[in-house]
Amino acid sequence: MASGSELTSLTAAEMASAVAAGEISAVELTGAHLDRIARTDLHVRAFLHVAADGALAAAKAVDERRAAGEPLGPLAGVPLALKDVFTTIDMPTTCGSKILAGWQPPFDATITTRLREAGVVILGKTNMDEFAMGSSTENSAFGPSHNPWDLARVPGGSSGGSAAAVAAYQAPLGIGTDTGGSIRQPAAVCGLVGVKPTYGGSSRYGLVAFASSLDTPGPLARTVLDAALLHETMSGHDPCDSTSLDAPVPPVVAAAKHADVAGLRVGVVTELAGDGYASGVLSRFNEAVELLESLGAKVTEVSCPHFSYGLPAYYLIAPSEASSNLARFDAMRYGLRVGDDMRASAEDVMSLTRAAGFGAEVKRRIMLGTYALSSGYYDAYYGKAQQVRTLIARDFSAAFEQADVLVSPTTPTTAFRLGERADDPMAMYLADLCTIPGNLAGNAAMSVPCGLAPEDGLPVGLQIMAPVLADDRLYRVGAAVEGALDQRRGHRILDEANGIERVGDASAEAGR
Amino acid sequence: MKQAPERTVPFEDAVTRYDPLIGLETHVELGTRSKMFCGCPTVFGADPNTAVCPVCLGLPGSLPVINKAAIEYTIRIGLALNSSIASWCRFARKNYFYPDMPKNYQISQYDEPLCTDGWLDVEVGGERFRVGIERVHLEEDTGKSQHVGRSGRIHGADYSLVDYNRAGIPLVEVVTKPIPGTGALAPAVARAYVTELRDLMRALGVSDVRMEQGSLRCDVNTSIAPAGSGQWGTRTETKNVNSLRSVERAVRSEIERQAARLDAGDRIVQETRHFHEETGTTTAGRSKEEAQDYRYFPEPDLVPMEPPGAWVEEIKAALPELPRARRARLQAELGLTDADMTALRNAGALDLVAETVAAGASAEQARNWWLAELSRRANEAGVELSALPVSPAQVARICALVESGQLNNKLARQVLDGVLAGDGSPDDVVATRGLTVVTDTSVLTAAVDEAIAAKPDVAAKVRDGKLAAADALLGAVMRATGGQADAASVRELILQRLGQA
Repeated sequence: MASGSELTSLTAAEMASAVAAGEISAVELTGAHLDRIARTDLHVRAFLHVAADGALAAAKAVDERRAAGEPLGPLAGVPLALKDVFTTIDMPTTCGSKILAGWQPPFDATITTRLREAGVVILGKTNMDEFAMGSSTENSAFGPSHNPWDLARVPGGSSGGSAAAVAAYQAPLGIGTDTGGSIRQPAAVCGLVGVKPTYGGSSRYGLVAFASSLDTPGPLARTVLDAALLHETMSGHDPCDSTSLDAPVPPVVAAAKHADVAGLRVGVVTELAGDGYASGVLSRFNEAVELLESLGAKVTEVSCPHFSYGLPAYYLIAPSEASSNLARFDAMRYGLRVGDDMRASAEDVMSLTRAAGFGAEVKRRIMLGTYALSSGYYDAYYGKAQQVRTLIARDFSAAFEQADVLVSPTTPTTAFRLGERADDPMAMYLADLCTIPGNLAGNAAMSVPCGLAPEDGLPVGLQIMAPVLADDRLYRVGAAVEGALDQRRGHRILDEANGIERVGDASAEAGR
Repeated sequence: MKQAPERTVPFEDAVTRYDPLIGLETHVELGTRSKMFCGCPTVFGADPNTAVCPVCLGLPGSLPVINKAAIEYTIRIGLALNSSIASWCRFARKNYFYPDMPKNYQISQYDEPLCTDGWLDVEVGGERFRVGIERVHLEEDTGKSQHVGRSGRIHGADYSLVDYNRAGIPLVEVVTKPIPGTGALAPAVARAYVTELRDLMRALGVSDVRMEQGSLRCDVNTSIAPAGSGQWGTRTETKNVNSLRSVERAVRSEIERQAARLDAGDRIVQETRHFHEETGTTTAGRSKEEAQDYRYFPEPDLVPMEPPGAWVEEIKAALPELPRARRARLQAELGLTDADMTALRNAGALDLVAETVAAGASAEQARNWWLAELSRRANEAGVELSALPVSPAQVARICALVESGQLNNKLARQVLDGVLAGDGSPDDVVATRGLTVVTDTSVLTAAVDEAIAAKPDVAAKVRDGKLAAADALLGAVMRATGGQADAASVRELILQRLGQA
């Protein structure tokens, strides 16, 4: 029998085949990850809720199915960290907000259901910026998560909890949501693979909405193949989500196994570089481009002139939708209720609850969005932002005529220190500068590790962007970069993460 | 808070000096089996909060999915109102906070309605008015609040209860263009329009349109301007006018009130007004409501609707005969006068008469039964004519029994009593109560001879040629047979026995 740390350091693909072959049991595997969480999460704080009993029961069910000779899916028995923005019938769903503290939904999200059906073991719910608004998890009402590379730094956000859990080997797989970069940016700063599938490729049913036209669930993993396996398991048409695409899931697993970029046209987006980008980020990015060229890709520069308007357009569209989506949190039906002394009016209780229940960033965006949609301002703000969105989509279309995939750094800097940008929303918003255009256009994008920045030794992400429903191209390019870099280093980049080791393989009472 | 009653000008005076302009916004709950965006049933009167799910409760994470039947019904309505059907349109969110709105926004349509630019003809006093239709759009209904406490309104309530069964039921809003040139007929035109719209919805099979259950609700816009000025005045919007009679009264009282204000040199405030059934008048709503900014924007949870042209054509081809055409056809077929038609429509008896005729009765008999005997009974029972427990086929059968001489009018009414009492079909009632005209000649002859013997003086008069005197004998025979004889036959028999036939 393998030791706990040997088990948790396997890839998801290796875990699944070991379970399928009967070499390890799913219960054993789950137990090893629960132990790891217990030993490390006091420092990482990736989880808001650990469902040990539920996870062990789900693992046991997989073992029983295997014993009965039933066929198992490609991720059966593999543990996973689920962002606390998906509804779960047996666990609370808080979205990192006080206003939903303790709320237990009466239904499972479509993705939750698909994971359960695939025999994936959900370990618990992970921390996030409140209602997915943020790039550091510092906006969580329940305190920030920490980056396993350096516990004094942020794990990115808003899916920072899931990213931290995967980087800390608490789970081989995580699920996040990406509205402006919330999967790719944490993946980049934690040294992981993170994918924003094509909008509509993964179901939003049961995903508590931040910005409906942008929110996209996707996988976080330590390898490109693991991300592909999860991508395939969680995706596909959902009749409960009208914006879900009725199209087959692109062949992402096959693409992850076909790490060949010979002849592939790779476009470097000229607008996504220059001032404001850390030198270590740019140097690793440029090396990755050279690497692709050395692997036979045809590299060209492409211009997407409207990308520079992406950030302002995003900060009108996303808050506008959020101001409406978050209106339902009014204390009338579920969640927090403040000021109900049997004399206060319903209106007073609504305002008191919203004042007490939402954090500063959520309030800021609700106000921004309310203003942008107001009569007399709509055309100048929301309307204009939608026009910019169209222009950005056209930039992508034109660029994809010249290139099969586009590349850029995922985020302008490596992981910043906790507190460093907490009081400067504009600085925080810049973390999503490179990722936002993909959300506005709805196409597919991935962040894959491309080395460590020399100045701080922290991971840098390469962003790969592909046209709508060409998600498989991401995996082909990502696998090629991953394979070449691993070969060059002789090990995976994540093996160099030592933030947790620095605090010691913390004591068992660190568990919750 | 009690508002002082406002001054008014007598209606006839007001419409002599001012031209009214009216417009109506009508909400109709569609009779689809499931709700607009989820699979919950559209039941009326179920226990509170039993016909709900995560979607219509707006729980975090839930998403709407469009009910195709609701789109089809709306297109049907649009086509019947001679509207253009959009080949591409979207839902929009209408944002405002209210406890009976699960999401604090309503999925509605804003500047891209499904149907636009149509018309509906209505008739008042033989004059035809073409009412322009601005738009027909689709939205979801809200839940229902019940404010418990002295005021019955949200302000001053001790507490409030909310039932979300109604939340998410598909609601169609039909908005007219301003209707000019109605003059003194404005209140009647408003009523006639809502009546025609109601009949249209029923004919299309898209709603049962029960105003008393709130499945058709009206907002009435009224303004006035000096007669002949050709100008439009400032309008008020009277909300939730929920019966045909109230529609008429609301327009009338607004004209009377606005005329008094203009006479006094005051301006009309553009505002929402509440209609009061008890007084037939309106009072000003909260001014806060009109300042509401709904922050409409396209609903990002739904994809645009693109009804294919072929589908719209299919729906058009399957439209049933519309009420106006049907009325014209029935009037011709049944040979009814305009006055008959008006009486039948007002009584809600046109369809019943048509069905009775279709079941074999003559138009005259059918009309008489429904307008006289059955209308009287419906009034007594306080129900709609159509709610009486007798079918047109049963009425036709009674007519047939009278026609064949098996029943006389008095017996026919007794048969009807039996049917209404639930004793079965007319034939069942005839059989169980023995209600047949006596046709056995020996029985009748014996009764006639008895009557002649009892009144020899009367008999003598008849023999002398005073035939009118036979009536006295007839009465005696009818009494002796318990009314179950056919009077004409009896009279004939009397004359025969007295040598006058």
